[in-house]
Amino acid sequence: MSNLVEVRNLKIEARTDSGRLVEIIKGVSLDIAEGEIVALIGESGSGKTTVALSLMGHARPGCRITGGEINVNGKNMAAFSEKERARLRGTDIAYVPQSAAASFNPSSTIMEQVIEVTRIHKLMPPEQARQRAIELFRALSLPDPEGIGARYPHQVSGGQLQRLAAAMALIGDPKLMIFDEPTTALDVTTQIDVLKAFKSVMRAGGIAGVYVSHDLAVVAQIADRIVVLKGGEVQETGTTADILSAAQHPYTRELLAAFEPKPRQIQATGDSAANPLLRVNNLTAGYGPVKPDRQPVVRAVDSVSLVVEKGRNLGIIGESGCGKSTLARAIAGIHPAAAGDIVFDGKDLQRAAGKRSREQLREMQIVFQYADTALNPAKAVEDIISRPLVFYHGLDRQARSKRVDELLDMVRLPKTLRYRHPSELSGGQKQRVNFARALAADPKLIICDEITSALDTVVASAVIELLKDLQRELGLSYIFISHDLSVVETICDQIMVMYNGERVEQITPDKLKAPSHPYSKLLFSSVPKLDPTWLDGLVRDPELVSQYGHR
Amino acid sequence: MTMARAATPRRSFLGHSYNLVGVVASLVILAWTLIAIFAPYVLPHPIGDIVDDDYFGPMRQGLWLGSDYLGRDMLSRVLMGARYTVGISLAAVCIACFSGVVLGMVAAVTGGWLDTCLSRFLDAMNSIPSKLFGLVVVAAVGSSVPVLILTLAVIYIPGAYRFARALAVNINTMDFMTVARVRGESTFYLIGSEILPNIMRPVLADFGLRFVFIVLLLSGLSFLGLGLQPPLADWGALVRENIGALPFAAPAVIVPSLAIASLTISVNLLIDNLPKKIRDRDA
Repeated sequence: MSNLVEVRNLKIEARTDSGRLVEIIKGVSLDIAEGEIVALIGESGSGKTTVALSLMGHARPGCRITGGEINVNGKNMAAFSEKERARLRGTDIAYVPQSAAASFNPSSTIMEQVIEVTRIHKLMPPEQARQRAIELFRALSLPDPEGIGARYPHQVSGGQLQRLAAAMALIGDPKLMIFDEPTTALDVTTQIDVLKAFKSVMRAGGIAGVYVSHDLAVVAQIADRIVVLKGGEVQETGTTADILSAAQHPYTRELLAAFEPKPRQIQATGDSAANPLLRVNNLTAGYGPVKPDRQPVVRAVDSVSLVVEKGRNLGIIGESGCGKSTLARAIAGIHPAAAGDIVFDGKDLQRAAGKRSREQLREMQIVFQYADTALNPAKAVEDIISRPLVFYHGLDRQARSKRVDELLDMVRLPKTLRYRHPSELSGGQKQRVNFARALAADPKLIICDEITSALDTVVASAVIELLKDLQRELGLSYIFISHDLSVVETICDQIMVMYNGERVEQITPDKLKAPSHPYSKLLFSSVPKLDPTWLDGLVRDPELVSQYGHR
Repeated sequence: MTMARAATPRRSFLGHSYNLVGVVASLVILAWTLIAIFAPYVLPHPIGDIVDDDYFGPMRQGLWLGSDYLGRDMLSRVLMGARYTVGISLAAVCIACFSGVVLGMVAAVTGGWLDTCLSRFLDAMNSIPSKLFGLVVVAAVGSSVPVLILTLAVIYIPGAYRFARALAVNINTMDFMTVARVRGESTFYLIGSEILPNIMRPVLADFGLRFVFIVLLLSGLSFLGLGLQPPLADWGALVRENIGALPFAAPAVIVPSLAIASLTISVNLLIDNLPKKIRDRDA
C-alpha cells in the first residue's frame, strides 16, 4: 500500500429519534500519502468532522459506520474492535480538538495531561516523556518550555492551550494527526502563531495530517491537498493551488467567491456628518465593585467616544477581550456604563435599559452572536418574531400574521418556516430569524454583536449581503462588531479599532491598506490571505508582536 | 461498530414516541384516580360498618379483601382510602409546586435582595425536619383535611423553589432573556413566557417526584396517628391500624401497603418514561 490512509466508499448512518436511518456520509473515498496534509472543507453539516473522526474508527453517539474501508497504516479501522482501536489511538493516530479549553482537565497540570498518552500506552518512562514533552513545547514555540508544564490549563492563553493540545497529540509519535478546526476559536493574531507552529512540527516530523476547517484562507496556508465535502459526498479534490486557482465545482467557487472583497460604495460624506444618530462621549464600563472615584475595578471599556451617522455603519474591530462587546452592551443599556453620555437621536439616554422609555428601547435593537441562545428554543419562529409586534406596535392577530410574513420575506426565509422551532433551523436561518426579530421593532439602529462569527464563510457573506440590502430599503444604521476584518470592511463606512478597552484608531475602509496605529498594522496584517505562500512569506515586526500579541 | 439502543422499544403516536412501561404506569395512575373520584358510588359496604364476626378475616366471597382489625370491609376502606391519599397529596403537591416554581422563577429573574431573602428564608424552612414540623402543626391546630394539605404543601415548597430556581437561573443567562429584558418586558412575561416553557419538562418530573414524597409523608403521618382521624383512613392509616395482622399474613395489612407501592412506583416510572416529542419531521 502506497498511501498512509486509504478510505474507500465510507458510509456512515445516523438514527433519528423517530427511528429513521439517515445516511450522513454517502460513500466517501480519499487518500493521504505519508507526510501529506489534507484539508477537509465544507459548510457545517457537510460531514467533514464525521469523516475525520471515522479515521480513528470513531462514530459519534447515534451514528454507525455501515460500509466501506478505512485503512490507516495498513489496518482497517472499521473492522477493528473498540479495544484494538483504542490501542492505535494516540500512537498511530492522534486528534487535536476544536476547543482545547474544553478538552483539558482543569484540575490537573498540563504536563500530567500531555504525558498521559505515554503512560496509557506504556511508551516510555515518565522522566523521558517529560523530556520529550519539553522538546515538543519548544518545537511549538511555546513560552517557557521548561516551566509551562507545571501550570494548570486556566493559567495559559487559548492559543497556547491549542498548541499544548497539539503537543499532547504529538507525544505518542503518531503517523497521522487529525486537526478539528483548531484555530476557529482563536483571534487572528494568535491564529498565526498556532498555524506556524503546527506547520513547522508537521513538516519536521514528516507527519501526515487531516485538517478540518471551513476557513479556506487558513486551509490554504497549511494543506497540500484540499477535499471539498458537501452533503456527505466528496465534491472536488485537488492540490491546494489547483483548488484556489481553478475550482471546478460550484460549491467550491461559492466558497472562493465569499473571499472576494466586495467593497462598499462609500457615500459622499457631506452634511450628514452634522446629523448624528448616536453619539457616545467618554463612555467607561467595567466589572467588579465600584471604587470611591465611581470607576469600576476592572475597566473593560475606557473613555470611548464614537459617532454613528444616520444611514451609515460603524464597524468596531478588535481581538477577544478588547471590550468591544462590553461597549455594545453598555450602549444598549444591558450593562449600564459607569460614566459617559449616550445621546441617541438628539436625546440623552439613561445608562440602564430599565430606565429608558419603551420608544427608546424600540429604536435601538441588539442582535447577538449566537442565534442558538438568542432564540427561545421553546417557541415557534412565528411567536418569536411577533412578540415585538405586539409589545411595541400592539398589532392584532391578523395584522401580526401578515407582518410576520413580510418580515420573513425581508430576511429571505420561506413563509413555511414560521411554524418551526429554532432547533429545526440551520445556523444561517436562525441568524436570519434573530435579525427579523430586531427588524420587527422597526428600529433606527441595530447593534450587531459578532453576528456572522458563528457562521460558515458562505452563509456569513449571504447574511452580510442581506444586511446591506435591508439598509438600502429601510434606511437603517448598524454598529457592526466583529473580530473579522473582511466582514467589517465590506459593510462599514467607518471602522474603529479597539485594543485593551480603548479606542486605538478610526479609519475608513479605503485607508485599510495603510493603518497608522501599530496595533491596527499588526491586526490587519494577520488576516490570512488565500495565497498559499502567505504564511511562509509573512514577516511581522517582532517588536509589534511582543507588544500586542498574546503568545 | 455496534451501539446500545434504548432497552424498551419506542412506538410513536401523535408525533410523540412512548414506551410500554410508561403506558402501564399511566394506566395504574389513571385507575387509582378513577377510584378516588368514584369510590363513594361503588363501595360494597359503608367504611365504618362492622360486617365480619372475625377480625383480620381472609379474602372470601362478599369480603374480597378480607376484613380489618374490627371486622370492617377492607375493600371499601382501601377504595375510600385512595380518595384521601390521592386527593390530599395531589392538592398539596399542586400548591407546593405552583408556589415553589413561581417564587423560584421570580427570584432567579429579579435577583438581588429579593432572591437572597427568599432563598435564606426557604433554606431555613428546609432545615426543619418534615415529620417534626407536621407533628407540631397537628398538635397545635388539630388534624383535618385542610390542615394536612397546607402542612404538606408548606413542607415541600422549599424543595420545589430550590429546584425551579436552579433551572431558571440557567435559562436566565441565555441571550433571549437579555433580548426580552432590553425589549422592556415585565417580570410576569419573563417568567411565564420565556422561562416556564423551557423548564416545563423537569418541573413536571419534579412534580411527580414530589407527589410521591407527599404520599409517603402523608402515609407516615397517618401511621403515627397524626393524619386523618378514624373512622376515615388513608392508606398509611390503614397500614398502621392493621399492623397487628402481620403475624397472620392477613390481607388487611398487605393490601394498603401494595396500594401505596403501586401508586408511588407507577408515578416514578411514568416520570422516567414520559412521551418524547419526535423532532425528526420527515419520518
